[in-house]
Amino acid sequence: MKRREFLTSVAALGMASSLPIAKAETVQGGQPWEPGKINTPPAPRKGGLQYLTQQEFDTVGAIAERFIPADDLSISGKEAGCATFIDRQLAGDYGNAVAIYRLGRFVKGTPEQGPQSPLTPAQRYRQGLAALDAWTCKNFSKAFVALSGEQQDELLRRMEANQLDLGPDVETKVFFELLLQNVREGFLADPIYGGNKEMASWKMLGFPGARYDFRDLIGKKGKKLNIIPTSLIDNTL
Amino acid sequence: MQNIRPKADAVIVGLGWCGSLIAEELTRAGLNVVAIERGPWFETATDFPPSIDTDELRWDTRRSMLLPPAVETTTFRNNRSETALPTREWNLNELGYNVGGSGTHWAGMAWRFTPWDLQPYTQTVERYGKEKIANGLILQDWGVTYDELEPFYDRFERIAGVSGKAGKLNGEIVADGNPFEGNRSSEYPLPPLESTRLTDLFRDAAKSLGQHPFMVPAGQTSRAYVNPLGVRMGPCTYCGYCLYYGCGNFSKSSPNACVIPALMQRENFTVLTDSAVVRVNKSEDGKTATGVTYIDKNKKEWVQPADMVILSAFQMQNVRLLLLSKIGQPYNPETKTGTVGRAYSFQTVSGASLFFEDEYLNQFIGAGALSQQVDDWNGDNFDHSDKDFIGGAGILVVARGARPIGNADALPPGTPRWGKEWKKAYTHAFQNATFIFGQGTSFSHEDYYLDLDPEYKDDNGNPLLRVTFDYNENDRRSAKFIEEKSVEIGKAMGAKTVIGTNSASGNYSPYNFASDHTIGGAVMGTDPKTSVLNRYQQSWDMHNLFVLGASSFPNNAGYNPTGTIGALSLWTAKAIIDQYLKNPGPLVKV
Repeated sequence: MKRREFLTSVAALGMASSLPIAKAETVQGGQPWEPGKINTPPAPRKGGLQYLTQQEFDTVGAIAERFIPADDLSISGKEAGCATFIDRQLAGDYGNAVAIYRLGRFVKGTPEQGPQSPLTPAQRYRQGLAALDAWTCKNFSKAFVALSGEQQDELLRRMEANQLDLGPDVETKVFFELLLQNVREGFLADPIYGGNKEMASWKMLGFPGARYDFRDLIGKKGKKLNIIPTSLIDNTL
Repeated sequence: MQNIRPKADAVIVGLGWCGSLIAEELTRAGLNVVAIERGPWFETATDFPPSIDTDELRWDTRRSMLLPPAVETTTFRNNRSETALPTREWNLNELGYNVGGSGTHWAGMAWRFTPWDLQPYTQTVERYGKEKIANGLILQDWGVTYDELEPFYDRFERIAGVSGKAGKLNGEIVADGNPFEGNRSSEYPLPPLESTRLTDLFRDAAKSLGQHPFMVPAGQTSRAYVNPLGVRMGPCTYCGYCLYYGCGNFSKSSPNACVIPALMQRENFTVLTDSAVVRVNKSEDGKTATGVTYIDKNKKEWVQPADMVILSAFQMQNVRLLLLSKIGQPYNPETKTGTVGRAYSFQTVSGASLFFEDEYLNQFIGAGALSQQVDDWNGDNFDHSDKDFIGGAGILVVARGARPIGNADALPPGTPRWGKEWKKAYTHAFQNATFIFGQGTSFSHEDYYLDLDPEYKDDNGNPLLRVTFDYNENDRRSAKFIEEKSVEIGKAMGAKTVIGTNSASGNYSPYNFASDHTIGGAVMGTDPKTSVLNRYQQSWDMHNLFVLGASSFPNNAGYNPTGTIGALSLWTAKAIIDQYLKNPGPLVKV
């Protein structure tokens, strides 16, 4: 019985697709059952960086800190492990755009027709972070990580408004949205993926996490429930 | 040397709801049936048990259960003056890629359509006259009526374990049900799901406006249940991990939970998984199907011969297979002749965003179809004499799970999307932001259709399906009307901020997730000039070819399609067993 196995370990760029294309399985005479097999999530391995360089990792961490600062609601995105989360995602199927259709000519179309780029998320990070540092070095003689928080916020606001020219290879607005989306994912996903340290975001929101039975609580309508959250594995890398 | 499997009585392409329902019927009638499924085997206990199901990133954000665009996607353009381009990333075409199909990951809203939805031409002309039909709008009867389909809706609800409350039972209107529904011969098999703060707010607001709210019929079992096939289901635990997720409790209706356990006990049933059918094969005279060709993992081509071919590969893939196999006449939008790819429709969605102030909506408690709705503005339930459109929408709220990642932008307008302000606003919105959903009728139009793309292909070298579609004028008008009605209810609910939303005010885009209900393209009907299938979903061109799915619908109602897809599959199964097998040939003479 074949099951989807997504590549999660160090998948170098350019490797063949890991999408499942299993041989024809003939199933007959009862539901199949393969002892010992369960469809565990593609959770990342421990250890050092798997895609980002140290400089890129530090830059992503700085951006995560601006997107999600520390305050009395929670630790910052950097402390929560967003950069580790992103490093692992970029090293895997998501970073390599394995699920995306990438055949045929890439032609820019109408906004309704959506993205028409051959760039993978991993490539966008590599190009985008380099372009961001090139810009800050040119204009401030410093890398992004060395700027003050206010300076970093100002640049991020300009990127969000598509008012920062990062060169012909970088779609600034697309890169900004990718960063924001991935930092949020790192903050809000299950800690098994490397972020959301100690379920910081879930405690902030009041989200119960990996719970599966609310029959005892559904009747308490409109009340603050104070559920202690649980996660798949409480394990920060 | 061709690889050829032993001949089957029937080969079924795609083992989702349609495929599994008809396979169950045909194998019970003694036929030797082979089902071919592109995706892998999928099983509750090993693939989505509770221990790994609670994972938004994996199942929702990354769509891990769905067909990746890399495997197959469509190309898209709004109209014929544009060049279609591939829909490269995750989009509203949400196909399954597993045994169970999209029936494994669906939300579970288990509706019947109304009598008007199945006879929209006759009933509209009778009530309002032909002038009510906008220019170019395709409006045609299905060939089967609600009354004929009623026993099959009933059977589907029993197999699926639908939880609900009847509103019209044997001619009598019953309190707390939907008074606008088609007449029912029996109650739902299970009582409705529990209500929540959100559904109570909606119910009370709708009642204060003189409307008739009711709990939406849900494909989540409100109690432990044994269905007519002997399959056992557990009670829903309101975990909130429903749409995009498999159900680890055996409580979401699905082929995996409801049909396949019984089906797999039959020695005359075989499933080939991880095998992609690429075409239906035809006899030399082109008048019958001889089986199908599929490609296995090692890129080897195989032939599965069969006396009967049943396509149940999802709406898009059904149409694509017909076109790739050169069965029937493709629709030509210039001459307006041909039928394959014609009459494509969607779902017209408008509504309102709501922001409360001091609520604890606790939306992480929920189920995919835990919902209150009013049908007062749906279909032809209200008088359209003074309106410049036909149709309408079911208007509802749904407590479907909280989606921390997915809802991070569900904020009042002008709220910063990052920084301290975002954290504060999102923490508040997590318990106070929600939306009203107007799920509207969608009519097809002469200018919009499906065909094969002239340039882009899949990695087998076969052309992708091309979608040429935008909202038509009739549906834009109904969407605006429904937006106003939604805002009215939102205000009556006491939300501090109510903002109308309308996906049909601009251009359609597959990246605007208004709905994932893609409809039509191989429609059923009474006339071979305007339909691909007769009223039994039998191909007009080949009597031993049947096509099951939402591809059969000439129009979409203001409801989710699965209940009707299931009922029609059972209706076709009965026609095959009672009529076709005794006398193979066209079931309808023209």
